[in-house]
Amino acid sequence: MEKQSIILISCDHFDKDICASIVEDLAHEFHYPVIFKDYDFDISDFYHPGRRQYDANSILKVVSQMSYPGSFKKIGLFRVDLFIPILTYIFGQAILNGDSGVVSHYRLRNELYGLAQSKEILNERLKKVIIHETGHMFGLIHCQNPVCVMRSSTYVEDIDQKSQNLCSKCRAELGIS
Amino acid sequence: MAKKVSILIVDDEESVRDSLYNWFIDDGYVVECAENAKKALSILQTKDFDIILADIKMPGMDGMEMHRRIKTLKKDPVVIIMTAFASVDTAVQALKEGAYDYVTKPFDPDDLSHLIRNASAQIALKAENVNLKNKISSLDNVEDLIGESESLKLVLKEVESVAQSNSSVIITGESGTGKELIARAIHSNSPRKYFPLISVHCGALTESLLESELFGHEKGAFTGATFNRKGRFEMADGGTIFLDEIATISPKMQIELLRVLESKTFVRVGGNKEIKSDFRVICATNRDLKSMVDSGTFREDLYYRLNVVNIKIPPLRERIDDIPLLAFYFIKKYCTSMSRDLISIEPAALKHLEALEFPGNVRELENMIERAIVIGNGKEIRLKDLPMGKDVINSSIESLEELERKHIATILNKFDWNISRSAKALRVDRATLYNKIKKYHLKQEK
Repeated sequence: MEKQSIILISCDHFDKDICASIVEDLAHEFHYPVIFKDYDFDISDFYHPGRRQYDANSILKVVSQMSYPGSFKKIGLFRVDLFIPILTYIFGQAILNGDSGVVSHYRLRNELYGLAQSKEILNERLKKVIIHETGHMFGLIHCQNPVCVMRSSTYVEDIDQKSQNLCSKCRAELGIS
Repeated sequence: MAKKVSILIVDDEESVRDSLYNWFIDDGYVVECAENAKKALSILQTKDFDIILADIKMPGMDGMEMHRRIKTLKKDPVVIIMTAFASVDTAVQALKEGAYDYVTKPFDPDDLSHLIRNASAQIALKAENVNLKNKISSLDNVEDLIGESESLKLVLKEVESVAQSNSSVIITGESGTGKELIARAIHSNSPRKYFPLISVHCGALTESLLESELFGHEKGAFTGATFNRKGRFEMADGGTIFLDEIATISPKMQIELLRVLESKTFVRVGGNKEIKSDFRVICATNRDLKSMVDSGTFREDLYYRLNVVNIKIPPLRERIDDIPLLAFYFIKKYCTSMSRDLISIEPAALKHLEALEFPGNVRELENMIERAIVIGNGKEIRLKDLPMGKDVINSSIESLEELERKHIATILNKFDWNISRSAKALRVDRATLYNKIKKYHLKQEK
């Protein structure tokens, strides 16, 4: 029987090269095939004028309803600023032990913090957030290990400090050697 | 492994509940949600939560009202109030009502994590505090008051009923009956137990020393007063002061003590500032204070001020049933402190103990057991390990002549009536010994 896949869905026209590199690392980390897909997503329905942000909970529901035969985990990539009602912003969100997640690169960009634009740094951060949210979909909770990718991050600096890999404890929980 | 912190989220907005749920689940907390206050209160009837995150504005019962009702459930979770509308008034009100904190939606992700982390630390501190309090209680309990006799049970019942009150207590009883233990038991079972129990042995101090000891002194108040010193009354603030051998205090000190007991204020020796202290007084004496009042050696007004409750501890000879229990208790205590294996006591030795008068009461019994363990064979306490005849303090009054007669007879018997050896042991010459034998009509037993 063919192994089920993780689908990485570019909902906001992401660069194919970046996505290819993420696909490779994601597959390496979770030992599952990862397939990249483009999706034409009309995000305007999820705009909240009061907060000038996009409602991540509602977007997550839509991602969850997307059907891809042979896939068991889906993660949508967005360029817009995402929020959930209780928080001022989020980098990403996924359902614990669920099948879907969303990630935004909006607040991962250096220029938002008055720093010089850096494609490399942005890609590294995006990769870490995607692996982190995928970890939640596989049932992993936040890890206390400072370099584990499952460590909770509230600022981009926190993301920069951790690695893009799962620590040995988290790997053991997933049964990955 | 540490217990997972549990959180109950109460909010009428589903999206808020779901977001918080997902956020906390990712952090490894145990999370439950309720869509309104009524549902939350019904969940709380059967389950305990460490933290409750409640929206302030909800249809029906609001978050503040729910918090008030949670308090009546005798549960003590950390309550954090959430609101979408920041207002100082509501924040102040929430904190006044005992909420741990107040947050405005939406929160900065870091703020929320910090809030919950701090609340978790507070929960851990509370739990630690409860554990420590329990430990202190178990250390200070009445475990040293050993006995099953009816008379001791009555005393313990009195201790239990008097402990909760704030009344002055006089404990009377012979020396060695455990008056200080009773005072400690009253204190450790009273609401003052987390404050100090200060003991003062009035009989061991001169009048001026007792005055300085009780009231404290200011620097330079007298020669040698090189620094300010707190008095025992001041140290006992919030707790209990135990005045042992109260009958020995001088008439001047009796007046001073009466004044302090009435006003609960005093001035340090050499000072002029009035100091207030909230203490409870427990006194002890082995003398009959009432007869001292009748004879005019103890002030009547002070006697009535102190004698609100009188607890009389029976002497050991009136509770012979407790002797085996006490003996076993002291054996265990000293074997443990001397790091020895637990030993037993032979029935004859126990019988011997039960027949003794014990003028020194429990203290005397304790010393006997300790001595027996030290000099014994390490397996059991034998009859010969216990002090016999002359070693035991005898309560009967014997004349010097009678004691001399008994001692000479014992020595003569020990040396089989060999006069030279007996005289040498007694450190007298042979002629003196012959004279004594004649005087006391001593004869060798056949």
